Amino acid sequence: MSTTPDATWPLYEVFVRGKRGLNHVHVGSLHAPDDRMALHNARNLYTRRNEGVSIWVVRADAITASSPDEKDPFFAPAGDKVYRHPTFYSIPDDVPHL
Amino acid sequence: MTVSDETTRLATASTPDGAPTPERGPEEVFEATVAAEGRIEPRDWMPEGYRKTLVRQIAQHAHSEIIGMQPEGNWILRAPSLRRKAILLAKVQDEAGHGLYLYSATETLGVDRTELTEKLIDSRQKYSSIFNYPTLTFADIGVIGWLVDGAAICNQVPLCRSSYGPYARAMVRICKEESFHQRQGFELLMTLMAGTDAQRAMVQDAVDRWWWPSLMMFGPADGDSPNTQQSMAWRIKRHTNDELRQRFVDMTVPQAAALGVTLPDPALAWNDERQAHDFGEIDWAEFTAVVKGAGPCNAQRIAHRRAAHENGQWVRDAASAYAAKHADRSEEPAA
Amino acid sequence: MDADDNVYDALAAADHDGRWAHGAGFDESVVEVTAPAPDGVDTEDLAAYCLMLADDALVGSQRLSEWATHAPELEEEVALANIALDLLGQARVLLARAGHLGAAERFRVAGRASEATGDGRAHDDEDVLAYFRDDRFFRNVTLAEIDLGDFAQTMAWMLVFSSWRLGLMTRLRGSADPVLAAVATKAVPELAYQREYAAGWVLRLGDGTELSHVRMQAGLDAVWPFVEEIFGAHAVETRLVEAGVAVDPAALRADVDADLEQVLPVATLTRPERPAVGLVGGRGGRDGVHTEALGPVLAVMQSLARAHPEATW
Repeated sequence: MSTTPDATWPLYEVFVRGKRGLNHVHVGSLHAPDDRMALHNARNLYTRRNEGVSIWVVRADAITASSPDEKDPFFAPAGDKVYRHPTFYSIPDDVPHL
Repeated sequence: MTVSDETTRLATASTPDGAPTPERGPEEVFEATVAAEGRIEPRDWMPEGYRKTLVRQIAQHAHSEIIGMQPEGNWILRAPSLRRKAILLAKVQDEAGHGLYLYSATETLGVDRTELTEKLIDSRQKYSSIFNYPTLTFADIGVIGWLVDGAAICNQVPLCRSSYGPYARAMVRICKEESFHQRQGFELLMTLMAGTDAQRAMVQDAVDRWWWPSLMMFGPADGDSPNTQQSMAWRIKRHTNDELRQRFVDMTVPQAAALGVTLPDPALAWNDERQAHDFGEIDWAEFTAVVKGAGPCNAQRIAHRRAAHENGQWVRDAASAYAAKHADRSEEPAA
Repeated sequence: MDADDNVYDALAAADHDGRWAHGAGFDESVVEVTAPAPDGVDTEDLAAYCLMLADDALVGSQRLSEWATHAPELEEEVALANIALDLLGQARVLLARAGHLGAAERFRVAGRASEATGDGRAHDDEDVLAYFRDDRFFRNVTLAEIDLGDFAQTMAWMLVFSSWRLGLMTRLRGSADPVLAAVATKAVPELAYQREYAAGWVLRLGDGTELSHVRMQAGLDAVWPFVEEIFGAHAVETRLVEAGVAVDPAALRADVDADLEQVLPVATLTRPERPAVGLVGGRGGRDGVHTEALGPVLAVMQSLARAHPEATW
């Protein structure tokens, strides 16, 4: 086997049309190894396996997003992804909370 | 989707004027949006502390859902009727779903679920201390639904109005589902209280063991909760720990009376002047010990989660490898 | 407290379980189980057949539930629980049908009568049959009770089990017994989902990494000796096939073979050449002669209910 697997399954965004006559609406995201599994997982997670609803899944990295402010590029983040770029934050662990 | 009008309103409430201008820097826009009860969305500018606080809080919440599957999962195979088995299986499944909704919210902040899972199993991030207590009888399942899910609802309902949009939306959905969890717990306890002496004793014993840990779920007293003020200013949190704890006690006392169980606190009494219940002092030493890892089940819960994650690595790798091999094919995998 | 804080209202107001996130309702009877046996059909045979199909699902569901909190990924937690819930749902209605036809009376322990205690749920037939029946009276095929091993073996198991049961339920939709026909109609899409889920994973694991390939083949090999039994017809089945009530298990071999022929080569797996496990004096799971695996499974499942035989839950 020549392929090196990715460390993690890619992120997919999920859009659901709850019933006929409505648009697909973004409901959340999930991880899946491929498109087919993403649809499977989306159906399980977001629709209670209701066969009647229509689901779209799309890899998050395939979405290009507008910046919050189209009018003024000076303040716009340099991103063009839906989400912020992954960065690692060290989170204080000593907060006895929740 | 079962998105109510309320959900839609919450989800779309956003600042009418969310764009920075030459006159208004991003920080001002952020502050104004939060002050106006607007929602901050993933690509908006946000203070670093706001983001760190959110990541920590949402991750802890997600971890709590996932670790919280274990004490209840302990009884799936032994549930004493098929109806109870189905309910418990569905409830534990819901918790996996809730964890996924919440991890999904952290992804919008640029933090990967794998990273958070690693932190959880390395004990570098926390989860609710309540799940470090054991489930010893089936009555514990009912009490977890009633008290633990009840306390969680008190904590979580205000979060449906959290200033961070993806978190608020996840919480709307989770809260709807949690209320059914609490209801099934209460219904189970009512059934047991109407049952045999052994069952009634089982319920009282479970209440005795879970009452104080449930009160601890609201976190340290306000005076010892350094983050609360900033979190409230950012509208990540909406109420202080003590406010929520009081609300929970006031809600629960009449429910306990309806059930016919005694809450194990001799100091518990209605205070007419305050129009609220007085209650005894929490054993903060126990709370601190459990938070620091010395609870009855801390090590067991983390080891269990670590084993599941590590034992699943080869499965996840295989799926990734398969996807990589077949990525250039336009057709779906034949199945 | 403002309106947003009033989720508690839902505690009082909403009372149908369908609003659970992933489960269906828990009380609804999807099928009316009280129809009489069709004319000319032996009631005891029909009850026994219902028990067979119920026990396959019940024991299989119990086994799958062992995965809860141990799945390789959270998405798989959700999927495996769905499948376990589907099988449990099938088991419950079939047990109720068997109970209605008199099966529960045979297993009811003295003093543990199913007098309803008001809410009608006390000692339902389904619970009498699930919890107070000894393993020698379980009629499931032994495939349903074997240890599921690792995730690869579980997927091999699920592919065979769901392919077989889907073929069975697809045919059973035409049963002369209206209750079995209704159960089957509801079960078919559930089993189609299971088969697709299992087939997808068998492909991914078989054609994934070297390690997963080895484990997938080993999992298939481990399950294989228990496959032959599922195509054998018990005398009850044979009589009910004559009556147009039951499905001939022998006919299901072609279904399972077709599915395996489609999946295994693409998954780079080899159809095992392993002998079937032997029966005891010609008797297998359908006769109540099981592997050593069933006793412990039932011991766990039944322990609490049996510790409080007079209690309702």
